[in-house]
Amino acid sequence: MKPRLAIDALIAGGADLSRTKAFLKNNTFPIVEGTSVTFVWFGHADAVHLRHWIFGLEVSNELVRVPHSDLFYLTLEIPPLSRVEYKFEIHRGGQSAWIEDPLNRNRARDPFGANSVLQSDGYEEPSWTRHDPFARPGTLEPLVFDSKALGGRRHGQIYLPARFRRTRQYPLLVVHDGSDYLKYAGMKTVLDNLIHRLEIPDLIVAFTDSPDRLREYANDEAHARFVTEELVPELTARFPLIDRPQGRCLMGASFGGVASFSTAHRYPGFWGRLLVQSGSFAFTDIGKRNRRGPLFDRVVEFVNSYRAEPIAVSERMFVSCGVYESLIYENRSLVPILDATGMQVRFVESRDGHNWENWRDRLREGLSWLFPGPLMFVYE
Amino acid sequence: MPAKSGSHRVARPASVRPERASTPPRRGTGFGGPPRTVVLLGSQRFDPSLGASVTKLRVEGRIALITAGWQERESEDEELSAHIGGNTINLRLHSRAEAVFRADPTFHAAHRERQELLRHKQDFYRIRLEHALEAARVIRQRAAPETIHEEEAASSIAALRELDARHLADCARLHREFEANWDVANRSAIAEQREEITEIMKDCDAVAIAGGHVATLVNRLSLFGIAPLMGGRIVFAWTAGAMAISDRVVLFHDDPPQGQGASEILDAGLGLVPGIVVLPQQEERIHLDRTDRIRIMARRFAPARCLALPARSRITWAPKRGTLRPPSVGTEGEVLPRASSGTLSSPDGVLELLEDGGHGLVGTSKEEL
Repeated sequence: MKPRLAIDALIAGGADLSRTKAFLKNNTFPIVEGTSVTFVWFGHADAVHLRHWIFGLEVSNELVRVPHSDLFYLTLEIPPLSRVEYKFEIHRGGQSAWIEDPLNRNRARDPFGANSVLQSDGYEEPSWTRHDPFARPGTLEPLVFDSKALGGRRHGQIYLPARFRRTRQYPLLVVHDGSDYLKYAGMKTVLDNLIHRLEIPDLIVAFTDSPDRLREYANDEAHARFVTEELVPELTARFPLIDRPQGRCLMGASFGGVASFSTAHRYPGFWGRLLVQSGSFAFTDIGKRNRRGPLFDRVVEFVNSYRAEPIAVSERMFVSCGVYESLIYENRSLVPILDATGMQVRFVESRDGHNWENWRDRLREGLSWLFPGPLMFVYE
Repeated sequence: MPAKSGSHRVARPASVRPERASTPPRRGTGFGGPPRTVVLLGSQRFDPSLGASVTKLRVEGRIALITAGWQERESEDEELSAHIGGNTINLRLHSRAEAVFRADPTFHAAHRERQELLRHKQDFYRIRLEHALEAARVIRQRAAPETIHEEEAASSIAALRELDARHLADCARLHREFEANWDVANRSAIAEQREEITEIMKDCDAVAIAGGHVATLVNRLSLFGIAPLMGGRIVFAWTAGAMAISDRVVLFHDDPPQGQGASEILDAGLGLVPGIVVLPQQEERIHLDRTDRIRIMARRFAPARCLALPARSRITWAPKRGTLRPPSVGTEGEVLPRASSGTLSSPDGVLELLEDGGHGLVGTSKEEL
């Protein structure tokens, strides 16, 4: 028999104010009891809704008020190892507002603000995402670049590994939405740690940004030319790079994933490694208009044409996607097509959504598969 | 004992009872024949045992250090030197190679090109290995009569052995062609370094080869023709050092971050300790309870014996009628001193797990494959 949930025990014993306060003090929220997760709100409200980003569940779930109290709760079944970002929508006096869960200290930040985070049974923030005092830090240098292809000046940052030496040769990783990867996915810390653990080699990373990503990242010829014909030669002249496909990787998430893949498609064989996270690979089986709207039209056109004539664009391609995002359908559909071209493809699913910490948590397996570090070679 | 490791400095142990090496130590001997004695040790990072081994074999002369596996940190050997009494000299093989590359850029470019070819071969060999292992896994899961499964298991192992043999042959061919095309030993920049090393070695009674990056180590040992210079001397080698002086360097890790790995041959080693595959840091790299994987490894490399070298382990080779004698596994004595053993058996092989004192794990196969 399933043990009684904490919220049920409270209600059964009478949720008076003192017992409610003890309940709030003695639990961490949301309450994770096996696969049962109880979200709790305490305060004055007419109604409270859970707003989450799990594709497949109702986007808005109303919390139940404990009779004669200001305590609201909702219990959902959430599989183990899940990470769910959410907010509460509070309705009061005809107004409503989305707020972070005041009882939960776990937060994830992104360009739009912050969300509360549910970590279900078994999920732990990977140790390699946290600062390690023993990992020697690499450096970040500003990157300023005048692009003829894009017709203007672009800014970014260059990561150099801690023991950078001009006498060595390094792989190059080019990251779309670079500032967001640094800020919201902690990518510098991740690089420092993975290099320290010998799980990836010392590598040079170009973090690039776009002022108009929805246009430039949607299979844009000028963007592909900028990255391949301008940025790489410039960086090759400035740094000791391994000047061959096996030493070059493009990566990105969402539209950045489309930018990575479509750029490699325009220059097949040039980019020997691709890391694509939650790529926005919208397509149609009939017609040209995808349900996602006109922003995706160029993506749909590209993905449809690729599905019609798939080719190997790279040697190795790591693809990841959260099962709680709608794009899981598109990514699952693409993987067998990629695989059939002869590319080495690794596809990883996670119980997470379309967010930066999901992409952060997949960096270790992705980067170490594309660029295995010296771990297999070092025996001390 | 890597440079700047967390290991504490350990004074030369006084309580270890010295014993005779197979022949008494002699200063300034020539270089003919095999090493006088070879001692393989487990990791020296946190609880070094090298000093005790040096004492036990009564090494009194100078010890040549090889720390090329530490790459740019090669010179950070103070802790290691102090641990074995301080009478040491570092052969500086890594920095000598850098000097050669600077002095002879044509050779450097050719060397890089050869390394690039080797990387390609390694990559394609690995792709074939992964598919062969996957095929073996799929076949194992199919329902079939036991006799068929036994035949198929043997076929799977034979396929792996064929891939291994072909890869080793390819590596050997690339090395031969490189040596022939570039007359490596006679290039002035290399010849000068080799002469210096030979002079240093004349005054050394022993060589201590540290771990680190095994590919770099094998490369530098080969570049400077170190193997013959160990003749008549006592050789101590641990972790990657022990791998580098075996017949074949096998890279292994059950749980690398990129997913379950396949053990793969890197290249031939120096062949000073024949008949074994050295597997150091077994505690961190091998799951002893995954008997399927261990069984495959044991059968794949047979008749060589897969020898795990956990921390504090020590195995000694002494010459017998002019050749090195392989270890007598599972017996007490010099090979695995004070070992108590437990045995994990499998239908096609025996895994002897030797614990306590000398400890080592040996996977071997009863079958001739």
